[in-house]
Amino acid sequence: MANLKDIRKRISSVKSTQQITKAMQMVAAAKLKKAQENVVRARPYASKMSEVLASLAVRVKPGKHPLLQRREEKKVELLVIASDRGLCGGYNTNVMKVADSFLQDKKDDCELVLSVVGRKTRDYFRRRNWEFQTEELNPGVVDFRWAEKLSRGIIDRYVEKETDAVYVAYTEFKSAMTQNVVVKRLLPLEPKPLAEDEIPVEYIYEPSEDALLADILPRYIFTQVFRMLLESVASEHGSRMTAMDSATNNAIEMTAKLTLLYNRARQAAITTELMEIVSGAEALN
Amino acid sequence: MESDKIRLEIVTPYRQVLDAEVDEVIAPGEEGQFGVLPGHTPFLSTIIVGELVYRQGNQLKYVAVSHGYAEVEYHRVTVLLDAAERPEEIDVARAEAARQRAESKLAQLSQDDHDYYETLAALDRAMNRLHFVRARAPQQKG
Repeated sequence: MANLKDIRKRISSVKSTQQITKAMQMVAAAKLKKAQENVVRARPYASKMSEVLASLAVRVKPGKHPLLQRREEKKVELLVIASDRGLCGGYNTNVMKVADSFLQDKKDDCELVLSVVGRKTRDYFRRRNWEFQTEELNPGVVDFRWAEKLSRGIIDRYVEKETDAVYVAYTEFKSAMTQNVVVKRLLPLEPKPLAEDEIPVEYIYEPSEDALLADILPRYIFTQVFRMLLESVASEHGSRMTAMDSATNNAIEMTAKLTLLYNRARQAAITTELMEIVSGAEALN
Repeated sequence: MESDKIRLEIVTPYRQVLDAEVDEVIAPGEEGQFGVLPGHTPFLSTIIVGELVYRQGNQLKYVAVSHGYAEVEYHRVTVLLDAAERPEEIDVARAEAARQRAESKLAQLSQDDHDYYETLAALDRAMNRLHFVRARAPQQKG
């Protein structure tokens, strides 16, 4: 039988852990709300952007801009986006798993280069002896200019033909509960075709069509990367919230079990004591 | 849809700045300012740092804009921008700080430097915000 003092100690330590996880859960919930708002707010811009691009792209020949040119995939860059910090359930591991299997799939067919966002990502791949094109810490609060800077490097490498395709592994944010890790192709761009019933509008372009395209394509990439970063951050908070919620519940459950154990032990101690007194008294008679 | 109005939408990556029915839009295009009245022919232009004006009835309203695009359809204008603010939204202290930062950085750079033009653009944006506030903030009545 465990002794009373030990059990009391366990209970208080579980309770203080519970306080921490509860606090983390609440912080994550607050951050999630903000991150979620950011995701939603960025949506109109992103969807307008792809509309404009789609209507522009149907009237331009595919080979016209380097970012639209398809090449044989000999050198592929993978950008992996995860977080700086742990304690967020399977969030980081899930991203790594997907990224790893992507790399496994591709490694026989082409040369691979890696770019990472997030300390956990960096550490994971560094342990596996990868070298990085770019390594960034996760900024937490995503700034559009930051996304622009990150994308600029990726675009430059693509235009210089250092890479033939660029993929991104990140976590898609569906809701606080569900997140999906996906690998999406960032480059070359494939503007989504117009829907059947959509009629492409004939525009007047100012400045020229080509100049506009050259300006709008990189910006579209920035928007994409920006959105992926936003979704990743929101997913991280969502994942942390869920993980901390179940940690808190576990702690509550554990406290209840330990309390029961404690009471039982206390009862047993009292019973033993009583028995001793009674038998002592009996011996005297 | 009403035929004598334009639906003006201004969006940035951070938020939707405006979604309103207006009568006229004047925007700073790369090749000069352009005005849009209802029924304007479809038109796509880049927008440069400056000031966008829209009219509702006989009221003129102003928005400070940064680099972006405007897509004009017959009764709709969509403006995609890096940043956009109404006069009351501009943080003067921040713009002033940005201006000073850009100016002091620019003093140390030459034209061949990697981020010369980037800094110049930052200065341009800060100056635009400051000018805009000075010109538009006090006379809110329009």
